Amino acid sequence: MVNIRGADTPTDRLRCAVVGSGNIGSDLLLKLRRSTVLEPRLLVGIDPASDGLRRARRLGIEATAGGVDALLAAAPDIDLVFEATSAAAHLANAPRYRAAGLTVLDLTPAAVGPYVVPAVNLTEVRAEPNLNLVTCGGQATVPIVAAISRIAPVSYAEIVATIASRAAGPGTRANIDEFTETTADALCRVGGAARGKAIIILNPADPPLIMRNTVFAAVAADTDVDAVTESIERMVETVQGYVPGYRMSAPVQITPRGGPDGGLRVSVFLQVTGAADYLPSYAGNLDIITAAAIATAERIRPELKAEVGA
Amino acid sequence: MSTTDSPVVDSTDHVPPLTGRRIQICDTTLRDGSHSVRHQFSADDVATVSAGLNRAGVPMVEVTHGDGLGGSSFAYGFARCPDDELIRTARAQLTDSQLAALLLPGVGTIEHLRRAADQGLDVIRVATHCTEADIAAQHLTEGRELGLVTVGFLMMSHMLPPDRLAAQARVMADAGAQVVYVVDSAGALLPHQVSTRVAALRTALPPEVSVGMHAHNNLGSGVPNALAAAMAGADHLDGSCHGLGAGAGNAATEVLVAALDRCGAETGIATQALIDVAADDVARICAGNLPALDRTALLLGYCGIYSSFLLHARRAAQQYQVAEADIIRALGRHRPVGGQEDLIIDVAIALAQRRQPS
Repeated sequence: MVNIRGADTPTDRLRCAVVGSGNIGSDLLLKLRRSTVLEPRLLVGIDPASDGLRRARRLGIEATAGGVDALLAAAPDIDLVFEATSAAAHLANAPRYRAAGLTVLDLTPAAVGPYVVPAVNLTEVRAEPNLNLVTCGGQATVPIVAAISRIAPVSYAEIVATIASRAAGPGTRANIDEFTETTADALCRVGGAARGKAIIILNPADPPLIMRNTVFAAVAADTDVDAVTESIERMVETVQGYVPGYRMSAPVQITPRGGPDGGLRVSVFLQVTGAADYLPSYAGNLDIITAAAIATAERIRPELKAEVGA
Repeated sequence: MSTTDSPVVDSTDHVPPLTGRRIQICDTTLRDGSHSVRHQFSADDVATVSAGLNRAGVPMVEVTHGDGLGGSSFAYGFARCPDDELIRTARAQLTDSQLAALLLPGVGTIEHLRRAADQGLDVIRVATHCTEADIAAQHLTEGRELGLVTVGFLMMSHMLPPDRLAAQARVMADAGAQVVYVVDSAGALLPHQVSTRVAALRTALPPEVSVGMHAHNNLGSGVPNALAAAMAGADHLDGSCHGLGAGAGNAATEVLVAALDRCGAETGIATQALIDVAADDVARICAGNLPALDRTALLLGYCGIYSSFLLHARRAAQQYQVAEADIIRALGRHRPVGGQEDLIIDVAIALAQRRQPS
């Protein structure tokens, strides 16, 4: 096999495989190529005619249509797997990865392993062999809920994610409940809210709109609102550290008696402009979940390298 | 004279245009109408109105939060009464009418649908933006498996030309919808535009799938639009008592049924009893909140903006001290779809900031 990037030289970069040759897989490959500590070793698909596989080969990355069997055959040369297939496929694949000793970052809504939101809980979950990236909306909004929770208890958090129709892949469209349920669950488990709700809206406008996310949170009337605002602003900077196109489109809004139980409503309006690696910049939803996966991989690399060395 | 006879003198050979047609009315006072009262219907209100509608012989009654199952939220307004309780309450009154609920995939889930089915739902109406029919497939399929009548609801139908709207209707029919509605959520359509859309659906759908029409009144043509739909082949029409509903409200059920009588259609509804329900129950319960075709409601229809945005724009205008009409016009530039009520706040903040540069 020929690898134009020089795979013969021993590397301390993490050797990565991407399973799934669609939009997410293709975007991941482009981001992996840019990373100084991650190396795209293998793209795994199931359709020999896939554009994604052809593109990977053009980039000099080995690509196979042999599915997970081909991946498992190459397992000794792989440190980390990115799952970019579907929830159903990951449910089938996860036990096989585990048996082969492969660590996996799961970008499907399968949620086999615990959720990871790099700005919030990476330290707690970094040793887990299977981490789930929640959803695009979850990566955009859970950090904000966590930023409020670290100041005051959030009795209820709700998010509205508005995504360009063209940026919502067939998997999302066929299983839209998985998006809302997984995101709502992560608002509670990772964001710290007592109750959570997620709403997703697809907008077909042309030119496509940039991904928008609104976070509403209910907190008690006597909450220190300056501390909440400051915590949210700090969190936005943290997320910007790995998602450069992440920003607030308006200042944090605090509405008295705006909550369902008479407390305060905190409203945060976010936009995510994609890095335009694979899909155009309007697809911030694609960008934020792949960027979060890359950030996770880069930060868990020392553990994985230590295991390999041991 | 008999109340079924028209008081209008006509030539003796005149045949009313819908003679022999059976039109199924769905009254949505207790769903779309709940926008008018900011989703604050009590269980008593629901019991009173559903009992009246049942008595008048309305064949289908829709009950839920205005934004459907699971709609109670910061984004759309918290309901006074949970969906489960509203549905249970209506069920107890509807001895003859079918009980329907709305579900917007992305807002409500299959879990909500199953719970509603457990409370005795007969009909699920699954609503998507008119270009996004495929996201309804899972919910329509589940509705069929639960033994419910399934209806597809193509919202903001003014945003697609008839042929493309019909293609989306096919997607819903293929997923199991037994009726597919042209839904004029923005009240932006006029009768001739309703006719072409209904006719396109009628041609594209298999004969066993019916076509419906849900009209809003923002351009003042709610009832005429519903009549145009019937004449173009729609067999299902929505209305709400006193036109209660988002924006300038819906086609008023009692007006629509009276007009259908005069067109020769069969609705099975006791028209005068229905007129009494609208006047004695709904107008009383909703006093002070009956919809009006005011400036902002008209602008919604004129700019093609989702009717439910009206009261949210009104509240944001008050909170941020900007004009409602400016919010509506600014929203138009974003090409928003139903469910993007959060954008209204964002737009109002931007307008306020522009006025007072800090």
